[in-house]
Amino acid sequence: MVGFGGWEMPVQYSGIVEEHLAVRRAVGLFDVSHMGEIEIRGPEALALTEFVTTNQASRLRVGQAQYSALLYEHGGFVDDLLVHKVADDHYFLCVNAANQEKDYEHIRRRNRFRAEVEFAGPRYAQLALQGPRALQTLAKLTETDLSAIAYYHFTDGRVAGAPARIARTGYTGEDGFELYLAPAEAPRIFRELLGAGAEFGIRPCGLGARNTLRLEAKMALYGHEIDASIRPPEADLNWIVKMDKGEFVGREALERLAAAGVRRKLMGFEMRGPGIARDGYPVYVEGRPAGWVTSGGPAPYLNKNIGLCYLPLELARIGRPIEIAVRGRLIPAETVRTPFYKRARPD
Amino acid sequence: MYPDEFKYTREHEWVKVEGDLGVVGITFHAQQALGDIVYVELPKVGSQAVQGKAIGTVESVKAVSDIYAPVSGEVVEVNETLTQTPELLNRDPHGEAWLAKIRLSAPEELERLLSAAQYRDLVAEES
Repeated sequence: MVGFGGWEMPVQYSGIVEEHLAVRRAVGLFDVSHMGEIEIRGPEALALTEFVTTNQASRLRVGQAQYSALLYEHGGFVDDLLVHKVADDHYFLCVNAANQEKDYEHIRRRNRFRAEVEFAGPRYAQLALQGPRALQTLAKLTETDLSAIAYYHFTDGRVAGAPARIARTGYTGEDGFELYLAPAEAPRIFRELLGAGAEFGIRPCGLGARNTLRLEAKMALYGHEIDASIRPPEADLNWIVKMDKGEFVGREALERLAAAGVRRKLMGFEMRGPGIARDGYPVYVEGRPAGWVTSGGPAPYLNKNIGLCYLPLELARIGRPIEIAVRGRLIPAETVRTPFYKRARPD
Repeated sequence: MYPDEFKYTREHEWVKVEGDLGVVGITFHAQQALGDIVYVELPKVGSQAVQGKAIGTVESVKAVSDIYAPVSGEVVEVNETLTQTPELLNRDPHGEAWLAKIRLSAPEELERLLSAAQYRDLVAEES
């Protein structure tokens, strides 16, 4: 077990590689109760949500979720998050564990609307059931028609008798569900899901596999690809910024950035020489320091050593030979198209 | 689990004395803590190992870890098998997955290492 933002979390149960492959080929179960929840309610819940997030919350229908971001006025990331529309006057935000107090304060201080902001983390446990057999596994424990929940949609139902918000979302690059439920019910439901998935070879999965899976799928991790010094276009996340939706926190900074021009860009790479890139290792191009690795490591399903790095825009081309400084030695690598892994038949 | 004829370091290496050579490896506890091992960097044959200084690196999916020399001396042989099959370190850390053989230049250093009983206590404290 390791400490993680005040939580005791298993890095691995049976082994990162085994857990990773279980999610790609069958199903894996993650206890991600450390994730934070923030609820926004009231007649101007939408106005506040639109003001503090970058994606267009007004386009959500009830029962739909979207990936979005909270920005500072200077355009850097406070956090990335999922915004769920529960009702016209109720939005449910899932945020990163280590950022939840900061996010709550950030939203509350910018709340000049008729809306209430609730720090709801303690009221929810979260379990993520991920992989091609996730639907069949969960179907054994719920009467909700799971196939009727489209990707990035959710519904409130019951799992093993307990009320649960059932969202078809995830952080692995696979199909799957994220379940929000009462903490008191979580241990029992965790065990029941393991039982339901036994015939498919379900594995309980830890933080280690969560990280390798999201890296293969090129999903950002706060503190690595994104932080207060990084702005969405640099992180390849312009698709979650809707500049034409009206005023929002960070918008003016992003307009200035667009006018001045983006200077660096997040790129994926594969190692070509023997060595594994890790978070923070320097990146060289033609013998000169050019950037840094944000995340790196072995990709268990692809059987390659991969990573993400920031490079100056003029060097950010797919197929460029680069070098990673691995403990003082420059090891060849090459920038590649991302995501590294994409499931064959999404939803 | 931890052979009585080995000596151990606090950094989780072991050494087995064979004549004037010390056979060096990482412990069962080390490989378990690291998880799936995917890469091993061995010292060069002919290089000088110094007790307590790094002689190589072992990487698992989740982390990088230095290997410290449990004894000083010239590296006379390394286990090249590990560069191709690093996972052997997870399967047989006290046997086939030895890392290097060092010609002991200061055998008295062995007295500063932990006995199997002391090492078992250390592991028990850390788990």
